[in-house]
Amino acid sequence: MKKYYLPLALVGLFILLTGASLLGLLTSYIQMVLMLMGINIILTVSLNLVNGYMGEFSVGHAAFMSLGAYTSAFITTRLIPHLLWGEPLFPVGKLLYTFDVAAHIEGPIWYLVFPLTLLAGGAVAALAGLLVAIPSFRVRGDYLAIITLAVNYIVMNFFANLEPLGGSRGITGIPGFTSVPIVLIWTVISLWAIHNFIYSTYGKGVMAIREDEVAAEAMTVDTRRVKVMAFCISSFFAGIGGGLLAHLLLYINPASFSILRSIEPLVMVYLGGMGSISGSILGAIVLTGLIEALRPLRVWKWAVISLILIILMIFRREGIMGGREFWFLKPKREVEYAPASD
Amino acid sequence: MAYILQQAVNALQLGSIYALIALGYNMVYGVLSLVNFAHGDVFMIGAFIAFFASTLLKLSFVPTMLFSMFGCALLGVAIERIAYRPLRRAPKLSVVITALGVGLFMENMVLGIIGPWRKSLPPLLPEHVFNVGEVRISSLQLIIIGVSIALMAILEFIVGKTKQGIAMRAISFDRFTVPLMGVPENQIISLTFAIGSALAAAGALLFSLAYPLIEPTMGMMVGWKAFIAAVLGGIGSVRGAMAGAFLLGLIEIAAGATFPSRLRDLIAFAIVWIILMIRPTGLFGVARREAV
Repeated sequence: MKKYYLPLALVGLFILLTGASLLGLLTSYIQMVLMLMGINIILTVSLNLVNGYMGEFSVGHAAFMSLGAYTSAFITTRLIPHLLWGEPLFPVGKLLYTFDVAAHIEGPIWYLVFPLTLLAGGAVAALAGLLVAIPSFRVRGDYLAIITLAVNYIVMNFFANLEPLGGSRGITGIPGFTSVPIVLIWTVISLWAIHNFIYSTYGKGVMAIREDEVAAEAMTVDTRRVKVMAFCISSFFAGIGGGLLAHLLLYINPASFSILRSIEPLVMVYLGGMGSISGSILGAIVLTGLIEALRPLRVWKWAVISLILIILMIFRREGIMGGREFWFLKPKREVEYAPASD
Repeated sequence: MAYILQQAVNALQLGSIYALIALGYNMVYGVLSLVNFAHGDVFMIGAFIAFFASTLLKLSFVPTMLFSMFGCALLGVAIERIAYRPLRRAPKLSVVITALGVGLFMENMVLGIIGPWRKSLPPLLPEHVFNVGEVRISSLQLIIIGVSIALMAILEFIVGKTKQGIAMRAISFDRFTVPLMGVPENQIISLTFAIGSALAAAGALLFSLAYPLIEPTMGMMVGWKAFIAAVLGGIGSVRGAMAGAFLLGLIEIAAGATFPSRLRDLIAFAIVWIILMIRPTGLFGVARREAV
């Protein structure tokens, strides 16, 4: 019975939250906060894979979010209306794109389409992860930070100049497919995937790169392959998070995916603790909650949050969890770390 | 041809301003191995100090510059004492994150106190336009380039000839042994921050005169660009900061002149990406050897 604790708890949580939201027990504001928490968990865990487990310094996470968001929004608002109802694919020249996708949605077929659009967004983002992975073969640390920053700005400017996708006006009228159960499912999927990746052979390679890259290369870790995998998996899930975000906010524009948007998951990673999945979950939940709780402070909200970050770094720089995991997230078999006996 | 010369003057102007800010990044990196992400916001605060000096105190150009340079020097030293000194022995990453936090904090404090509305400095310098052949150079551009070069020359003198400057360079070579030789580490580091921030303030005043609208978020874009300029030239090297800054100014102006201007940033960042791929340590940077 003990090994079913975790799945049962997850199912229970799923039923609880979905039921509460369907029955109207949770206001739509609380539902939005819950969905934001879930999305931030996905973003934080994916960033933690690169920043925490691999020890790199990637500050351009918003680039992959925006790629996922734009791709899935494009499919939902442009591609599918084009295929189904003959709407123009790239409505250039119209100031305001007025086709209301949400009004035309009928039938549960759309709920099968949504995961596919998210996967497509994630795939595009993973492909863009190569833009960061390949430079990482040669540079580390501060220089890689510049490259990730440059990638962030490049993607942001790319979308701002892409008139067929709205340019700097962005995409409006995205149907609101994101709901609490969907976010929960995707959160569990991404946590499960990254958890399994970490405790696989590739994951050990990732941590070996963090500790000593040259030694890892000498000990049969194919650092190039591992880096590409880690960066691409990280950006894949960032793209998923971006797609979910697009269908939650119903509007995206390039300016919202600037460096400020990259800093949010960064703060969550360091708040929760690098190299700890439980830390990412906690960090995401705590910071999202803090952002919402401090909303009455209006513009002082970010001043308080940055002050918290400074104090955190001075007094507890390992974050809340400090690299440790909750009991249910530890790897099952410890014997693989034991020395061989002959 | 005249068009190229005209753009060259523009590139010099932009590069000069980037250079003043990039120098602050490089000096702090050389001494502390820290990328001071708060530097862009020190630049922004310098612009606002200049704004208040010129509007409330009604100072003219040179007193405004001295006033804001002094104010920012104090600010830089304060940041170092409060936020970075407790982390002197901490892993580098924590300090970088703290720097990010400090930058965000300053930006949002200014946003909260002053509000998001753009302010504009009163015209502190007379505007003349000189025509050299077909090239139009304004007196403002000449002053920007001239003041920047003068300040950089002063900095070269300080770093090369004075005792404190040599101490700064010594600490950038070996942070732990040099204090054992009698160099007052804390004082030199504070001096580095002071000089770097004062240069940023000078750059801020010149920037605000050239692009007269200042707002609390200006530190972000200009700060990051100056940081990229610092890395392009090779972070940690004073010469590299100047070279990288003028290079970035050149790239930006050239990209803006040849391609549609809305693609300017995109092209500039793409070129930066390519340069860093080919030569990761920047132009004048020294690749650090890692002992295995």
